[in-house]
Amino acid sequence: MVEVRGLTKYYGDFRAIENVTFTAQRGEILGFLGPNGAGKTTTMRIITGFMPPTEGMVTVEGYNTLDESLEARRCIGYLPENPPLYPDMTVSSYLKFVGRIKGVGKGDLAAALDRVLEKCILTDVASRIVGRLSKGYRQRVGLAQALIHNPPVLILDEPTIGLDPKQIIEIRRLIKELASERTVILSTHILPEVSQLCSKVVIINDGTVVVEKQLKELAQGESLEAVFLRYISKEAEEKSAEQEQV
Amino acid sequence: MKNILTLAGKELRSLFVSPIAYVVLTGFLLLGGWFFFNLLFRFTYLASLYTGMRNLEEGLQSINLNEHVMAPLLHNLAIILVILVPIITMRAFAEEKRSGTYELLLTSPLTVTEIVLGKFLGCISFVGIMILLTAVYPAILLYYGNPEPGILFSGYLGLFLLAVVFVSVGLLTSSLTENQIVAAVSCFVALLLLYVISWPAETTGSALGGTLKYLSVVEHFGDMVKGVIDTKALVYLVSLIVMSLFLTHRSVEASRLGR
Repeated sequence: MVEVRGLTKYYGDFRAIENVTFTAQRGEILGFLGPNGAGKTTTMRIITGFMPPTEGMVTVEGYNTLDESLEARRCIGYLPENPPLYPDMTVSSYLKFVGRIKGVGKGDLAAALDRVLEKCILTDVASRIVGRLSKGYRQRVGLAQALIHNPPVLILDEPTIGLDPKQIIEIRRLIKELASERTVILSTHILPEVSQLCSKVVIINDGTVVVEKQLKELAQGESLEAVFLRYISKEAEEKSAEQEQV
Repeated sequence: MKNILTLAGKELRSLFVSPIAYVVLTGFLLLGGWFFFNLLFRFTYLASLYTGMRNLEEGLQSINLNEHVMAPLLHNLAIILVILVPIITMRAFAEEKRSGTYELLLTSPLTVTEIVLGKFLGCISFVGIMILLTAVYPAILLYYGNPEPGILFSGYLGLFLLAVVFVSVGLLTSSLTENQIVAAVSCFVALLLLYVISWPAETTGSALGGTLKYLSVVEHFGDMVKGVIDTKALVYLVSLIVMSLFLTHRSVEASRLGR
């Protein structure tokens, strides 16, 4: 479970996000949507402990990411926008390295490696150099890296980007399967992916959460595209109205 | 501790899977070999000159392998290290920041201390290998001649300590930027400054001159090459290392807090 409470982040004078609050339950895939620059990556970076918020707090599986940072980080598998790969390493040595720094025990490492290689369909390229793989493979190595320590929480920033249609289907199936006993926060621009995978949707626009609803309640008869556009433009309209009043 | 070793091993391996390690090692040994050959050649020439003289005993006593071959060799190797160490350390943090793997490190259950010490240990292992490989020169001298082993040891200890100082400064500059060239150049400038800071020592007053001399790494290194291991020198070099690592730690922590 991930609880985000009142997150605000300033980069200098620039306000990236303000008072972002939402909750993702276990067994739930939370679709995290918003236009480019809305603050999705900032929010994810704060949840994963890459940087602290200016205000607010995050708890991951009950651990506060500031006070119990190591415990919280141990619970998270994170696939950033650009997969964090070392291009000189082979796929299996890279995944073993990540396993070790994520705290996978020596005895469990080989099994963990086999598991993620199989799940992410990487067994054939296990001994290839990461830097020479195609984009789709790299993306899957990035996903495997997030899964190696079998974390209860997965934070995925556009996981299916750069994959071919067959791989997209496989990875979506994998995410769905993983979500049954985990908490998954999934950021994406592909709205059909949200309708297929997610049970809950959070839309963020201009740094603030404009909607947090179950998918069923949100898209009553309407397409998700229409809902999405309505929410991000409604917010923009209110903003400009506010500014006019001031 | 386990995490530190994992990170150090990865750091060392990443040097050897790329061409960097081989280029640096080859360059270092090639230049070292050239210096050694020339110094030894000059030494045998001097020795043969003295044997032609009448006061042979006196002449031969005035030249010895430690002073005429090893001391200048170690000084030359130290200068090459000033140039090569920034190239080894420039990647440490800067490359991780640029390629996005910094995000992996900082979101893993690792403390900042573990990250910094892991990088440090990885890099000093590599310069350790570099220096160890040059031990073939004194080994040749020991086999064919009779240099003083104690002085050899003290000189090599000095060279290694100096290299460790360089590495810690390099890690600091690398942690401050995401541009590898900026990291390397600023490290190079800092190391060169540490090297030449004592130059005005002769012309300034005794208090300031003494301070500048004490701040210069080459003065302490020179003493160790002569076989003098002074606690004052050790204290200075070790505090330089500790201070650089501490600042690196702060800088990594700040990059996480600030942005």
